[in-house]
Amino acid sequence: MPEIKNYTLNFGPQHPAAHGVLRLVLEMDGEVIERADPHIGLLHRGTEKLAETKPYNQTIGYMDRLDYVSMMCNEHGYVMAIEKLLGIEIPLRAQYIRVMFDEITRIMNHLMWIGTHALDVGAMTMFLYAFREREDLMDMYEAVSGARMHATYYRPGGVARDLPDRMPQYLESRWRSKKDADRLNENRQGSLLDFVEDFTRRFPGYVDEYETLLTDNRIWKQRTVGIGVVSEERAYQLGFTGPMLRGSGVEWDIRKKQPYEVYDRMDFDIPVGTNGDCYDRYLVRMEEMRQSNGIIRQCIDWLRANPGLVLTDNHKVAPPRREELKADMEGLIHHFKLFTEGYTLPEGEVYTSIEHPKGEFGVYLISDGANKPYRVKVRAPGFAHLSSMNEMAQGHMLADVVAIIGTQDIVFGEIDR
Amino acid sequence: MSNSKQQLAEALRAALGENIESVEVAYNEVTLEVSAEQLLEVAARLRDDAQFQFQQLVDLCGVDYSQFGRDEWLTEEASRGGFSRGVEDNVSSGRLQFGDELDSLAVPGKRFAAVYHLLSYANNQRLRVRVFAADDDFPVIPTVTGIWRSADWYEREAFDLFGILFSDHPDLRRILTDYGFVGHPFRKDFPLVGHVEMRYDPERERVVYEPVSIEPRVLVPRVKRTDNRYLIDEPDTPDEAASDA
Repeated sequence: MPEIKNYTLNFGPQHPAAHGVLRLVLEMDGEVIERADPHIGLLHRGTEKLAETKPYNQTIGYMDRLDYVSMMCNEHGYVMAIEKLLGIEIPLRAQYIRVMFDEITRIMNHLMWIGTHALDVGAMTMFLYAFREREDLMDMYEAVSGARMHATYYRPGGVARDLPDRMPQYLESRWRSKKDADRLNENRQGSLLDFVEDFTRRFPGYVDEYETLLTDNRIWKQRTVGIGVVSEERAYQLGFTGPMLRGSGVEWDIRKKQPYEVYDRMDFDIPVGTNGDCYDRYLVRMEEMRQSNGIIRQCIDWLRANPGLVLTDNHKVAPPRREELKADMEGLIHHFKLFTEGYTLPEGEVYTSIEHPKGEFGVYLISDGANKPYRVKVRAPGFAHLSSMNEMAQGHMLADVVAIIGTQDIVFGEIDR
Repeated sequence: MSNSKQQLAEALRAALGENIESVEVAYNEVTLEVSAEQLLEVAARLRDDAQFQFQQLVDLCGVDYSQFGRDEWLTEEASRGGFSRGVEDNVSSGRLQFGDELDSLAVPGKRFAAVYHLLSYANNQRLRVRVFAADDDFPVIPTVTGIWRSADWYEREAFDLFGILFSDHPDLRRILTDYGFVGHPFRKDFPLVGHVEMRYDPERERVVYEPVSIEPRVLVPRVKRTDNRYLIDEPDTPDEAASDA
């Protein structure tokens, strides 16, 4: 009988289930985890330090690259901090656009999560389904900002530009026949809002499809029910926020409890789990997608009826329109000052937080009165979640670690910053 | 709404009077300052006292105040003195080069701070707690991992990036920087371009570290405007509609 000893296993940093560059050092007793020690920082780019050397607006683009599957929500947290220090009001239409795109982003993030989570656990099809819908959402990003992922769309004072009246369409090419292009363009004949509305009509059916595949799936349940259980008390202690906290039965959503933008006008529910295991968190996120879909619809209705400004006309913060720039001396000066020097923020410090798809995304901004931040701290939800890996994985099997990484919805862009 | 912040500030003053240094309400947020010696006692009270119940440590970060308020561009005097408006010398970490030194502007004992953001789910309140490390050269702050478990990694991060030591922390290792990294990169006297760069040396057949060859490059100077042109509103106006509850 050979003597069996504990041994150490390196999981990642180049592992398909490590969701990027997680290096997990696992102390194993046979196939049971004794201790999990995540090594992070392989994607550390020093975003916060970079922000200190740039005018405020130039950092918005870096925010996209934090959590690179929910880009606009990151921007939102950052521009809200600037707006709070400046004390500016943003136009109502911009607030609705922000809410709409926050929810589009939430669906996009959850699709990425369900796709990869299910793929890791063994349901390959989910990945293909989720990415099919994600494509439409990326097209919305592209229509409004020109970029499929790193949009830089939110600006202090509103959003960069209004929703386009015409949805961009596919062209016939060597790789795409006329027939294919026409099929793809079928729901792209109208404005962006028409396209989004069409999506919201289709999407609940898609979520049903996912649920048919997973919710009562025997394998899925075996892999998620009772795995990574976190009690309510521990969830507070471990710094859980967002779906991770709601999965443990806490009815808490910043959109409801500390509403920002126009969330107080929106009608939606907060799904809450009971057991705090991977399966409950799965159910919570699935329901969140349905709720987000409802919020998007409410925004569409309002946005159709209420045209108007989408960026504040306070030109100390937001650039003037092109015509003003060409025709008006003052507009030219504003434009020049904004793009060479930026704007200065009053001395002070603020912490703003939004309900990011992954949890509470906070930006702590200290200004010393200059045109660059003195210190920016990004409170990334994934950082706190991953730090609980040891506690969540202890006593589970090696294969469950993969399910736990999946349920934590880990993205290294925001954890390493 | 800002009323509830004032109430919280009053309650903090009343309950923790002699243990804390100051309580301020600004931008509809409450900031509590406490000395490192009193931190643990105050933190435990904040968590357990029925009127506070800050169950969760949402965020913890280090701050290096050594360059606070410094700018690189003359705004007021320049029109009298003529050009150039640019301020000489290396004054921000973005312009520092390898081996450059930077003097601290902070009052001794006020250079390094740890800032805690607390959240009470029971009362729907947020609170910021700031603790300065008394010694600038050897900043030490007691750990709060015993009170809020989530402080573990945040304190490791603050240690890694700022070199703030959290006494009695169970596992104070570097977290974000590379294995074997030297220095604390978020300190204001650490150059933005870093100290060393890494490449694979085909002759020695291993990775080698060398002093950085890239030049620091800052396109926009740090400008402070004290005139109120840029202030749209009184910054302290409580913003009833947009702010949190």
